[in-house]
Amino acid sequence: MTTKNAHPTLTGAEILWATLAGENVTTVFGYPGGAILPIYDALRNFPTVHHVLVRHEQGASHMADGYARASGKVGVCMATSGPGATNLVTGLATAMLDSIPVIAITGQVSSKVLGSDAFQEVDITGITQPITKHNFLVTRAEDIAPTVRLAFQIATSGRPGPVLVDITKDAQQAAALFDFEAAKPAAYRPHPMLHVENPAIQQALELVKQAKKPVILAGHGIVESGAEAEVLAFAEARQIPIASTLLGLGAIPAGHPLSLGMMGMHGESWVNNAIQEADLLLAFGMRFDDRVTGNLASYAPRAKKIHIEIDPSEINKNVRADVALIGDLKQVLQLMLPQLEKQSDAAWLKEISASKGTAAVRDIINLPDNGHLYAAHVIHDIWQEAKAAGRLEQTVIVTDVGQHQMWEAQYFKHESPRSLVTSGGLGTMGFALPAAIGAKFACPEKDVWVIAGDGGFQMTAAELSTIVQEKLAINVAVINNGFLGMVRQWQETFYDKNYSASPILSPDFVMLAAAHGIAGANVSERKDVIPTVTKSRTSGKAFLTNFQVIKEDGVYPMIAPGAALHEMVRRPSKDPLLETAEDE
Amino acid sequence: MLHTFIALVDDKPGVLTRVASLFRRLNLNIVSLTVGESERSDASRMTIVCDAPEHAAHRIKASLYKLETTIHVDEVNRSEAVVRELCLIKVAAGPNQPHGVHSRSQIFELANVFRARVVDLAPESIMLEMTGSASKIEGLLQVLRESSYEVLEVSRTGRMAMRRGHHSGRVFKALGVNTAEPLAPHDFPEVDHDVDPDALPTGEALPNEFDEA
Repeated sequence: MTTKNAHPTLTGAEILWATLAGENVTTVFGYPGGAILPIYDALRNFPTVHHVLVRHEQGASHMADGYARASGKVGVCMATSGPGATNLVTGLATAMLDSIPVIAITGQVSSKVLGSDAFQEVDITGITQPITKHNFLVTRAEDIAPTVRLAFQIATSGRPGPVLVDITKDAQQAAALFDFEAAKPAAYRPHPMLHVENPAIQQALELVKQAKKPVILAGHGIVESGAEAEVLAFAEARQIPIASTLLGLGAIPAGHPLSLGMMGMHGESWVNNAIQEADLLLAFGMRFDDRVTGNLASYAPRAKKIHIEIDPSEINKNVRADVALIGDLKQVLQLMLPQLEKQSDAAWLKEISASKGTAAVRDIINLPDNGHLYAAHVIHDIWQEAKAAGRLEQTVIVTDVGQHQMWEAQYFKHESPRSLVTSGGLGTMGFALPAAIGAKFACPEKDVWVIAGDGGFQMTAAELSTIVQEKLAINVAVINNGFLGMVRQWQETFYDKNYSASPILSPDFVMLAAAHGIAGANVSERKDVIPTVTKSRTSGKAFLTNFQVIKEDGVYPMIAPGAALHEMVRRPSKDPLLETAEDE
Repeated sequence: MLHTFIALVDDKPGVLTRVASLFRRLNLNIVSLTVGESERSDASRMTIVCDAPEHAAHRIKASLYKLETTIHVDEVNRSEAVVRELCLIKVAAGPNQPHGVHSRSQIFELANVFRARVVDLAPESIMLEMTGSASKIEGLLQVLRESSYEVLEVSRTGRMAMRRGHHSGRVFKALGVNTAEPLAPHDFPEVDHDVDPDALPTGEALPNEFDEA
């Protein structure tokens, strides 16, 4: 069916699909139900759109999110009214906190019974109002196309975010004229407080010129803006080291000589020390989250701050900016770059480099095989294997939330943008498996790895069935330590080792995979890691590996809540976990 | 301190919730909020008075603009704007009141002084209508109470504000001027570099989650 040129009279349901197809949507993740049945009925007329049946609507919203993060395009999910819609909520909040463009379409009861507590009626626009960038209730067929098109504009413009469109059943059933072009929204109006003026740019350039110890703080905004090349050019011109936020990992190649690694609560010591020592911080598309600043009162006390950010409400929120350039990062840097004087003094880089030597965090990698398997080994070896096979640029890692997520951030060296998909702001356990399904649809040619803990994996493990139904070759690595590891580590550190509700019993994950028709393997020794990773990656099908790792390992360094960024807790030097077999 | 925002917003269902919700999320108490029709058929104008730290104004304004339903936001202080409030006051005024049969004439006199109008007369009460600044309304209420009148009921609209001699968005549009209002330098206060910028008193910053941790 041609959708763009004809102006046929269609049902609201058909208009929805025609509009989605017109917006170049090829994949929709969803789950049918009563109030959205007209839309599902009309699906057969739109063969260019592939619908993925999920096992729980939370999975649908995470898949749309993973799809968007891996591709840079809009992810679309769909659910029926009532419980279907409320199940999307966690995924929408996840996308909201990380500024991910997601469109959620929900069915709603007929407009005649709105507000009457009809069967499966819930006020989903009310519920999702604080966790979406915007939402709409549509009650007329003729409003569907303009609303959905506006939703796409809102989701992708400025600081991106999720948008929900709630469509009543009578609007889906009614007929209206469909004209895709006429439904185009008015020109996008940027936030009226964007502000990039020449005097501020000159002021920023002057601060850069004067700085002896500058550090670039590389955030997610670099990837959203597509400013990777500009940031690198900026850093290289002045030899400025780059510290990354969790969502900024990959924006700058980890192997680049100016790349320091991740900052913040579990950042490497030299990164946080460099920030604390710095005399200038250049915050590029990041928002000074509490997980990266530590105690604000003692954060980077000697540093002037230049904040380049597209969302004016982030300016001076947590950290006072000396110069604020409010606008699209790529555009702002393009204004600054031609005026930037080159500088090649490497004294500051040498100082940082010299402080790397003592970093305890690297010990685990260097540890000879002592019979124990550490999560760090697994992650390091997945990275090594991909690198050795020349697949690093073709690998997307999707993590869950917790210890394994931080180890991934520390030990997997991301060389390209969108190679790490992880829930940063909301920290949503259960994110990895469904988000990886979305990522695989976005990048079918890439090797997609799920790295999840035994806790988070069980939250959304039902989506294994979706993987099989869709015949997806996804690699699943469960880092199994028998605990909710990050909770256990906090209980060990702050709650006197009172392991309240953190030990978790798991099924035999390999048998669970087998029940789904997915091949798998158990690995508990270091020597088996790389061969199994290779087997998984090259099997051409989904493969689950249960990595049985040492139980009570911790993520180090660690900054306690309320502590300053440089007051990190190192791995204990006599950590019994690090003893070799001979010591025991 | 009190901040007064004048916001032009879409006239659609749910817009008031979005605005009110924004203040709730920032954990700010709304002192008053008025909303009504504006010069545009598709837009309502709101006056929002809230109690917030001095430096919060920029973030509140920026957050208001982040709502897709917001067309224009202006923050005004008392000298820049005309601020008015409408108040209805029901006062007990019958023969059994302390002032007896004279109570009505005395209330009429008071009302005259404050330029309030009598809008309802009943055997036992009088209703006054008054428009003015909040302090004038409070003045009348205080005088009534201090003169031993029993104030039975008070209903206030909350403050409405309009910038003096400042053109609204529609006039800008008619003039072909871009309504996108650049930030004035005072929106970014000069930071004294000898002072730790983060060492501001806690009351000066919006609360954030980290403070509680």
